Amino acid sequence: MAGGTEGPARSRSASGKPTKRSSASKAAASDGAASVDVDTTKKAPTAAAPKGRGRVAGSRTTRTEKSSVSDADRDRLTGYYREMTLIREFELKAGEMYTRAKIGGYCHLNLGEEPTVVGVMAALRPTDYIYTNYREHGYALARGMEPGRVMAELFGRSDGVSSGRGGSMHLFDASRRFLGGYGIVGGQIPPATGAALALTYRGKPGPDAEAVLCQMGDGTTNIGAFHESLNLAAIWKLPIVYVVINNGLGMATTVEHASGEPLLYKRGCSYRIEGKRVDGDDPEVVRRATEEMLRRAREERKPGLLEIMSHRLRGHSVVDPARYRSREEAEKLRSLDPLPSYRRKLVADGVLTDDESAKIETESIQIVDRAVAFADSSPEPPANELFRYTYASPVPNTSTLMPGDPILPAGWDKEVSR
Amino acid sequence: MSAPTKNAPAAPGTDPVITYRQALHDALQSEMRRDESVILLGEEIGIFEGSYKITAGLLDEFGPERVRDTPIAEEGFVGAAIGAAMLGMRPVVEIMTINFSLLAIDQIVNHAAKIYGMFGGQTAVPMVIRTPGGGGQQLAATHSQNLEVWYAHVPGLKVLAPSTPADAKAMLTAAIRDDDPVLLLENLSLYNTKGPVPEGEVVAPIGRAKVTVPGTDLTVVGYSRSAAIARDVADRFAKKGVSIEVVDLASLRPLDRETICASVKKTGKAVILEDDWLTYGVGAEIAATIAEGAFDYLDAPVRRVAAAEVPLPYAKSLERIALPDADALIRVINEQLDATGFKR
Repeated sequence: MAGGTEGPARSRSASGKPTKRSSASKAAASDGAASVDVDTTKKAPTAAAPKGRGRVAGSRTTRTEKSSVSDADRDRLTGYYREMTLIREFELKAGEMYTRAKIGGYCHLNLGEEPTVVGVMAALRPTDYIYTNYREHGYALARGMEPGRVMAELFGRSDGVSSGRGGSMHLFDASRRFLGGYGIVGGQIPPATGAALALTYRGKPGPDAEAVLCQMGDGTTNIGAFHESLNLAAIWKLPIVYVVINNGLGMATTVEHASGEPLLYKRGCSYRIEGKRVDGDDPEVVRRATEEMLRRAREERKPGLLEIMSHRLRGHSVVDPARYRSREEAEKLRSLDPLPSYRRKLVADGVLTDDESAKIETESIQIVDRAVAFADSSPEPPANELFRYTYASPVPNTSTLMPGDPILPAGWDKEVSR
Repeated sequence: MSAPTKNAPAAPGTDPVITYRQALHDALQSEMRRDESVILLGEEIGIFEGSYKITAGLLDEFGPERVRDTPIAEEGFVGAAIGAAMLGMRPVVEIMTINFSLLAIDQIVNHAAKIYGMFGGQTAVPMVIRTPGGGGQQLAATHSQNLEVWYAHVPGLKVLAPSTPADAKAMLTAAIRDDDPVLLLENLSLYNTKGPVPEGEVVAPIGRAKVTVPGTDLTVVGYSRSAAIARDVADRFAKKGVSIEVVDLASLRPLDRETICASVKKTGKAVILEDDWLTYGVGAEIAATIAEGAFDYLDAPVRRVAAAEVPLPYAKSLERIALPDADALIRVINEQLDATGFKR
């Protein structure tokens, strides 16, 4: 159960350098490739990793070959791999727990999107806010939420990050400024935009200003809320970056079938919002692009639209066998699994040894096993808390009737004075 | 017997008489002066001063950041208010009429009403949606609806429906200070009505109905415009020696069932006047409440006076007969009195 569980990266070059996307469902139009950012040679800023995100420092065993990678880069890149591996193992386990009926409802996995998730989250500062859609387990983990509490939420338990009220699609952690997990497609976009509006009352633009990141899928760019929100962000000059994870499919509907402009990053043009498309298979590329968009948002109050080309290795949700994919497509998809190829790249670049990567995988499996044990032992929310979170301001006559209860207590009319 | 009415004037008769419109304006103004996190969002609320002029002068006083004109994008700006509220602002959104709220219903029902509970109480959504309902202005089918029951159905929302200028001011103030999403239902035909409104700060209780006219012979239940009509009808019956008690729901969610049933316990007869359509309307809930809570006290079946179930026509002759009015209420009250052998 290592990082390559979803299949070997057969089409990758030995160096593991990310290749340009060739999947039919992804090659939106001929001029799209020109804007795909595959440049991994640029020196990244070193202060990228936000504090307090729960990342374990990379291990430092002696390497057999001389590496030109600095210690700081090695730590960062190893950290990315560690997070990607944790997300991979968490999602595989979530799928397993779903089939064992530990998890109910809908359950959407980030399998194949790990470098995208990790790259986006590495760009986000602790002071920034993030809104996501329902495919968000990885974002929650990368934001530093305890894997046990995330799994407990999936299990519907008291220790879940949303106290068992939300489930897989509705993870939330106010202390980490992770403002949800939203199950309605596009539902997160207007509130995220409003959060950015609130920031304009809080402080001035500048390098230390807060910003909002709003994640969504490719299919979401067709909904009205997306367009209304981008328009508001443009006219109000809001510090927000809209991140579209383009995995080529909205459930089973391709981007080309659903979108009049299938180059989704261009959909900001109507609102004069700058768009950019990047390859989602390298977390460094994703982080840099996200950081630059966030920089413009915080310093210049310019909203941005970042399209990240990624993969959904499995069906739309755990219960979707993805029969709409041809055998060739499925085969190709397995070959595009970014995790094993990223591992090979790090090894080839002298960042990581095979031993270290094996250790990371083992540790990730252990973390996830502990998360399951924690979730399993967490109590179910008690019946007497059913109405606890219906309203923030208690007022008289709020209904706490259970099914079949009489609407008024027995003897309500017998009291001498009401 | 009636619910507490903290907003009863200290010295009746001395309060300034102002319109419902002015009362709403005054509440917005004083809350914005008190709390700078209160901001206004809506179409044409700034330069145009609001379609119904509730926000007149506020742009001048508070500037374009706090009185923010929006594009025509209900889903976008209602949703933006939700997000701003999550970060601690107190947005008051004006939706030009309740008909247009349907464009924002996903944000209102699936988001504003859910965010506090669905995320385990981590973030409240202290926002207000002000919006008028009401027909009778020859605005035809899409601009004349009373859809408040759609929102009153949803746990997580609070829905208020003031019927007097004093209540309008005190309830809007309460709604702004409440930490939950509150829909404040206004009514086109109430904006110009006048009444005494205490000066200074009055905060209405949310979740309480009130007996606005005490009586002993028959209960009329109403809210918003219908509660105003009911008071007028009660006055007319009083002159004929019939004592009508008027229960003004004031709050559609939460619903104060006990005040309704206590009134029926006293009178034994109930008529509900509602502006919305009959089937599945507010009156259906009230009738069910009375049927269960006050069955033993009823002398006659509960009656409802509601709108004819038709997309409201433009033609005055048809619009007039489709909407519930004082005459229809008087007719049904008389039928109730006759059915129970009431001696006049």
